[in-house]
Amino acid sequence: MAAPCFFSRLWRAALALLALGSLAASQIEDQAKQFFRSGHTNNWAVLVCTSRFWFNYRHVANTLSVYRSVKRLGIPDSHIVLMLADDMACNARNPKPATVFSHKNMELNVYGDDVEVDYRSYEVTVENFLRVLTGRIPPSTPRSKRLLSDDRSNILIYMTGHGGNGFLKFQDSEEITNIELADAFEQMWQKRRYNELLFIIDTCQGASMYERFYSPNIMALASSQVGEDSLSFQVCPKSLCVSTPGHRTDLFQRDPKHVLITDFFGSVRKVEITTETLSLQRDSQITESSYKEDRMDEELMEPLKYAEQLPVAQIIHQALLAEVWTLPSAPCGMLGSRSWPATFTETEAEGLAPPWGLHSRPVGPYHHGFLQDLWNQAHEVHFLDSRVREGRVEDCSLG
Amino acid sequence: MGLLSDPVRRRALARIVLRLNTPLCVLSYVAGIAWFLALAFPPLTQRTYMSENAMGSTMVEEQFVGGDRAQGFARDFAAHQRKSRALPVAWLERMMRSVGLEVYTQSFSRKLPFPDETHERFMVSGTNVYGILRAPRAASTESLVLTVPCGPDSTNSQAVGLLLALAAHFRGQIYWAKDIIFLVTEHDLMGTEAWLEAYHDVNVTGMQSSPLQGRAGAIQAAVALELNSDVVTSLDVTVEGLNGQLPNLDLLNLFQTFCQKGGLLCTLQGKLQPQDWTSLDGPLQGLQTLLLMVLRQASGRPHGPHGLFLRYRVEALTLRGINSFRQYKYDLVTVGKALEGMFRKLNHLLERLHQSFFLYLLPALSRFVSIGVYMPATGFLLLVLGLKALELWMQLHEVGVSPQEAGGSPNPGPPLPGAQGVSLASLLAPVLISQAMGLALYILPVLGQHVAVQHFPVAEAEAVVLTLLAIYVAGLALPHNTHRVVSSQAPDRGWMALKLVALIYLALQLGCIALTNFSLGFLLAATMVPAAALTSPHGPRPFYAALLMLTSPAAILLGSLFLWRELQEVPLSLAEGWQLFLTALAQGVLEHHTYGALLFPLLALGLYPCWLLFWNVLFWK
Repeated sequence: MAAPCFFSRLWRAALALLALGSLAASQIEDQAKQFFRSGHTNNWAVLVCTSRFWFNYRHVANTLSVYRSVKRLGIPDSHIVLMLADDMACNARNPKPATVFSHKNMELNVYGDDVEVDYRSYEVTVENFLRVLTGRIPPSTPRSKRLLSDDRSNILIYMTGHGGNGFLKFQDSEEITNIELADAFEQMWQKRRYNELLFIIDTCQGASMYERFYSPNIMALASSQVGEDSLSFQVCPKSLCVSTPGHRTDLFQRDPKHVLITDFFGSVRKVEITTETLSLQRDSQITESSYKEDRMDEELMEPLKYAEQLPVAQIIHQALLAEVWTLPSAPCGMLGSRSWPATFTETEAEGLAPPWGLHSRPVGPYHHGFLQDLWNQAHEVHFLDSRVREGRVEDCSLG
Repeated sequence: MGLLSDPVRRRALARIVLRLNTPLCVLSYVAGIAWFLALAFPPLTQRTYMSENAMGSTMVEEQFVGGDRAQGFARDFAAHQRKSRALPVAWLERMMRSVGLEVYTQSFSRKLPFPDETHERFMVSGTNVYGILRAPRAASTESLVLTVPCGPDSTNSQAVGLLLALAAHFRGQIYWAKDIIFLVTEHDLMGTEAWLEAYHDVNVTGMQSSPLQGRAGAIQAAVALELNSDVVTSLDVTVEGLNGQLPNLDLLNLFQTFCQKGGLLCTLQGKLQPQDWTSLDGPLQGLQTLLLMVLRQASGRPHGPHGLFLRYRVEALTLRGINSFRQYKYDLVTVGKALEGMFRKLNHLLERLHQSFFLYLLPALSRFVSIGVYMPATGFLLLVLGLKALELWMQLHEVGVSPQEAGGSPNPGPPLPGAQGVSLASLLAPVLISQAMGLALYILPVLGQHVAVQHFPVAEAEAVVLTLLAIYVAGLALPHNTHRVVSSQAPDRGWMALKLVALIYLALQLGCIALTNFSLGFLLAATMVPAAALTSPHGPRPFYAALLMLTSPAAILLGSLFLWRELQEVPLSLAEGWQLFLTALAQGVLEHHTYGALLFPLLALGLYPCWLLFWNVLFWK
């Protein structure tokens, strides 16, 4: 008589445990979902003030204000590349020497004694800026002057100074055009130097600077439209000086409404200690990552002949159209040797087409996880193998 | 064959030019005058704007509150000056040292070529006092100057008081990147000239000045202040300097910015700013101001200490405080704040002012006309001379060609050089004699003043002026005498050749003058061109003689004096005008010797001989 009671109790206990376990598991899974919500694991900031001389005080003050905010929210100096002319604090015209104030009420000194300026004075040039972005830096450059970002870095790029329609002036003798900037960002993308990029430009006619971007995962903000001056409201009231901020989010994959400011302005400490075990599943936007990554790395090594130092296949991206997206019948060698999940069908493949082209839109909320992206990349690379060999990579002039 | 080398075509062209010459000349002259008058009207005049980036976008908050202190200093200064009848040098030194400046003095002396009746001085000697405020954290490579000219006729005590109060205020600030020199000069402009020459280590006017003990680097800008009352109703700004030079327009824009900011009433040429530019009133008032500026610039006088700074390419302005019968008065604090603002913005400069215009005309404080817009006016006027010269040249050559042309030969060959038909002597003689008269006009008055004083009961200044006039009138008797010396073979061609030379000479001179001093060039062109073009021995001789007399350089001077006073709404009677004319002649000669003004030599050595050539042409026998 006791045995059925015991078993039923055991059964009930087991059920309760299972329920609890699943509840706990779902909590953990929520946490994990949260954990992998955005794709980045570290943050960088590149803050550039392109002007010098006393009458450009406000540019330096702006850049230092952003520097302060970014530091306060957690990005350390080692992850900030600050380019400033730095001729304000000790300028003979400064009524309060060794200070730089962001407002004329002189409440907040944004200079202080812990500002680390990486590129100072005449080192702020277009060449240095582009070298920082693309990583083509001479080996003797100190670490503090390098942007050592990887493919999981969210980078904030803030630029301020004097600008015009399609260009930004660097310290009176040179300019950077919007096309150069767009190409630099494309180089960054192809070299996998960022996960997502927030580009803020605070100059006159700033919206022209982001017109030419064509790399994915870039969100751009500008303080003024083409044809408008961006003047300080302390100098010129809003009624007189019209300056309409602009933005560009079509290259950005995530919905901007779900992007936290701290994804760019703050720093990510992706360490969560848990004693629970978690099984990551593909269809809840988490897939078995490492196994597939390793497999992909192994398999992709063979076809590469001309570029060994970088996993080229993962770097390439194409503006894919749906027609191109077909499963190959003839072996590029890979389909047969891999055991894809049986649930993966062609239609699903189409649905999984990565929205990286300029003209495609995000497919749905399920496919934005970074591991899912990797999965998609694997498929894409598959079909793009031949095009890889055609030398898309050479546009990038590696090395 | 080319258009000009084909004789048939050339003759056709010549015929067209000859036939259309008079209408073209008239049209060109009218176009020139009309263009000039249209300069004050909206499409040709633009709003002023700040071109220098370093001065435009910086916020400045003035904190000067030393109005009472300034008045105290002013009263002390006036009292000391009344006591000593000269600049109270020791008191000034003491005061400047007490506000914290590095003080130096400089003595100078000059013996004028003849006594100056307006300022009542002959042997001038004086002392300049200046204090340097060193920039706290910069090397003393650049400086700004605030200067007050003190003279027997205008004590400027309030200006000195304000200068000392500003110096005390500036000394307490740490944001100066340039040194500031506070300069008080004696004997007005003579002291300023002495100081400037010593500062730049040159000697262009024969001034004897002691070398300067203290310097402050290259001067970037200077402001001269003249204040004679405790309160002012308006501030008048003067820009025209020596020989018609002008400061960079940005300096004027700076002044105007602070006028607007402080709510000060600022005037230009003593005229208020017209508000309404859409109807006719505003532009007409602007035209009045423009004409005043043209007359002032043409006179080539330094209308304030700033005029002397301009020679060294130091941008400078003179501000004069006017105390009229208006109700609303401004005290010294407002003026001090405006000056403080100007100096703080000048402090932000990194280079000399060079972004804005150096050559312009001002119909109002907030409107200007740039050189590219006003030059065509003179161009049209000089075109008349060119056309006339072309016509004469063609006539001279066709005179040689026409007999063969009458014969209908197709190729007359190279035309007889008609000018060479006239002997060079007959052409050269009038030119040389006129030039000699000009030289006499330039040298003799000052040289011969003592001789004149011995023989006539006149003072030296009067002797100089009367000698000037005498030589001038004596030149009018020339044509009747030179003909006895020279005989010409072809009387007709002789006068044409001479007129041709005279026209080209006049055109060259006026062209060169217009480039450096547009106002003078335009004024002279507008008056002399019709007479020069019309003059010929044939035709109504009395009428041409009257016209030529009326447009001789002296008469132009007289006429412009009347016009100037008329525009200032203080019209002159004939007697007053004549007195003013004589004074102006004396001042012109004096200023040439003391400051290097070029009006007197230009008129005497350049335009008067040229005009005499036309007089010769008129009376050609």
